[in-house]
Amino acid sequence: MSLEGMGLTFGYRGKGKKGVLDHVDLCLEPGERLGLSGPSGRGKTTLCKLLSGYERPDKGRVLVDGKPLGEYKGLCPVQMIWQHPETAVDPLMKLGDTLREGGPVEEGLLEALHIQPAWLDRYPTELSGGELQRFCIARALRPGVKYLLCDEITAMLDLITQAQMWSFLLEQAERRQLGLLIVSHNSALLERLCTRIQPL
Amino acid sequence: MEPILDVKDLSISFTQYSRGTRQVLLHVIRELFLTIQPGQIVAVVGSSGSGKSLLAHGILGILPYNSHMAGEITFLGQPLTQQRAEQVRGREMVLVPQGVTYLDPLMQVGPQLRKGKKDPQTKARFRQVLNRYGLGEEVETLYPFELSGGMARRVLIATAAEAAPRLVIADEPTPGLDARAASRVLGHFRELAEGGAGVLLITHDLELALTIAHRVTVFYAGVTIEEADAADFAAGKLRHPYTRALWNALPQNGFVPIPGAQLGPGEGGQGCPFAPRCTQARPECLGPVPYRSLDGGRVRCLYPEGGNL
Repeated sequence: MSLEGMGLTFGYRGKGKKGVLDHVDLCLEPGERLGLSGPSGRGKTTLCKLLSGYERPDKGRVLVDGKPLGEYKGLCPVQMIWQHPETAVDPLMKLGDTLREGGPVEEGLLEALHIQPAWLDRYPTELSGGELQRFCIARALRPGVKYLLCDEITAMLDLITQAQMWSFLLEQAERRQLGLLIVSHNSALLERLCTRIQPL
Repeated sequence: MEPILDVKDLSISFTQYSRGTRQVLLHVIRELFLTIQPGQIVAVVGSSGSGKSLLAHGILGILPYNSHMAGEITFLGQPLTQQRAEQVRGREMVLVPQGVTYLDPLMQVGPQLRKGKKDPQTKARFRQVLNRYGLGEEVETLYPFELSGGMARRVLIATAAEAAPRLVIADEPTPGLDARAASRVLGHFRELAEGGAGVLLITHDLELALTIAHRVTVFYAGVTIEEADAADFAAGKLRHPYTRALWNALPQNGFVPIPGAQLGPGEGGQGCPFAPRCTQARPECLGPVPYRSLDGGRVRCLYPEGGNL
C-alpha cells in the first residue's frame, strides 16, 4: 500500500536533449508526510504532474497501491493542489459551480476551511489567492482520494493563512490516513510538517 | 534629514457598479501612513487582498480611472501630484514589478530596456548595468519567455537601477525564487539603499521583510495597523495583536493558526479590521481607532500590547 514512482524519466518536448527528471524514485506511504525540496527548475512540479497523471513518464512507472495509475477509472486517487490557485480554476465559472463539478461537498468542510457562503457566488477574479486556495483544497478532499500532492500550496499566502491551511490539512490527513507529498522552498516549513524529507 | 517619501493619511477607493446602474464606493485603503528616509528599506507586509499593490500604483500615479485617492504624498520635500508623478516615474522613482508579465512579450530584452535607442553610448550603458547583475550579452537577444524566474527578476531590477533612482518600489520581488536566488535579489536592493536611495518593499513574506528591511509597516485589510523596527519582532516588542499573531504563525515560531479569514475590501466599517478575529476585542474596537505613536513605533489598537500610551 503506497504511491510509488519508479525510475521516472521525463523531458518536455522541444526543450532540447536534456530532460527534466532522470530515473527518480519516490515512495509515499498512507499517513506519511514526505517533503520534497530542491532549487527552482529541478523538476519538483513535473514530478508531481507525473505522480498524479497529468503527464506520462518517458521511462519508469507510477503505481498506486500496486496498480498502475492509468488503470484507475473515475476519480484519481492521487490529487494535486497547485501553486497558483488562480490558474487551477475555471475563470468563467462561479466557485460554487467549480466546487460542485467534482461532486457533492462533504458536510462541514467549507466551515472548517473558513469559506464564506457568499464566496460561492463569486468568480475567481473576485477572490484573493488565499481564498481561492481554500476552494482548491476543498475540491481535492474527496472520499476515495488517498494521496495529496501539495506543490508550494501556501507560498503566496500570508503566515496566518498558511498556518491555518496546514493545521486543517494535517488533521484531515490524519483522519483519512492520506499520504502527503509537500513541495516547498521553505525549509523551516518542511521541517515543521514532514515526517521525512527527500531532496530532488 | 528630509525623507524621500512621506505618505500621510492616504486612502484609495473605487467606484463600482453593483446592480444595473447603481454605483457603490469601495474603500480599499484607508488611513495609511508611511515614511522612507534616504538609505532606508521600508517593508510593507500584508496578506494578499490587503491592498498592497494599490499602494504602489497610487504612489506612481497609475491607478485605474474609476479610483479616487485622498491624502498627502510628499516626494523629496514636494507634494507628489499626478503631474509630478508622471514626470518622476521611470527616473527618480521606479517600480520593480512582480514578474515578466510587465515586460513586452514580443520584444527582445536589450532593445526593450533601451526603449528603442540604438546609439553606442546607450548600448554601452545598459551593457554595464546588465553586467553588474550577472546578465551576459546573450541575455539582450532573449525574449521575456526565455528568461528563468531569477533572470527575469534581475532584468527588472537592472532596468530600475539604470535610472539611478531616489526611490525604488519593489512589488513582491521574490516569490518563486529559491533561497539562493532570493538572497541575491535582496542583496541588489540592499546595494541600491546603500547608494542612498529609499526602497519600498511590498511583500506578503514577513520573514523576507525582516531579513532586509529597517522598518516594517504591517497592513491588514487595507489599513496600516502597526509600524515597527525590524528588530522589534525578534525582541518581542510588538504592539498590535495581529502582528503578534503573524509572528507566532511562522513555522519556526510555533506555527499557530488563528481562525477566520480577512475581511474583503470595503467590508469593514470604521473600526479595527482585525476585531472579528481578535481574542482581546471589545465592543469599542468597532468604533474609530486612532493610529498612535507608541514606544518607537506606531499602532492602531485601543489596547496595544506591552506599552503605555
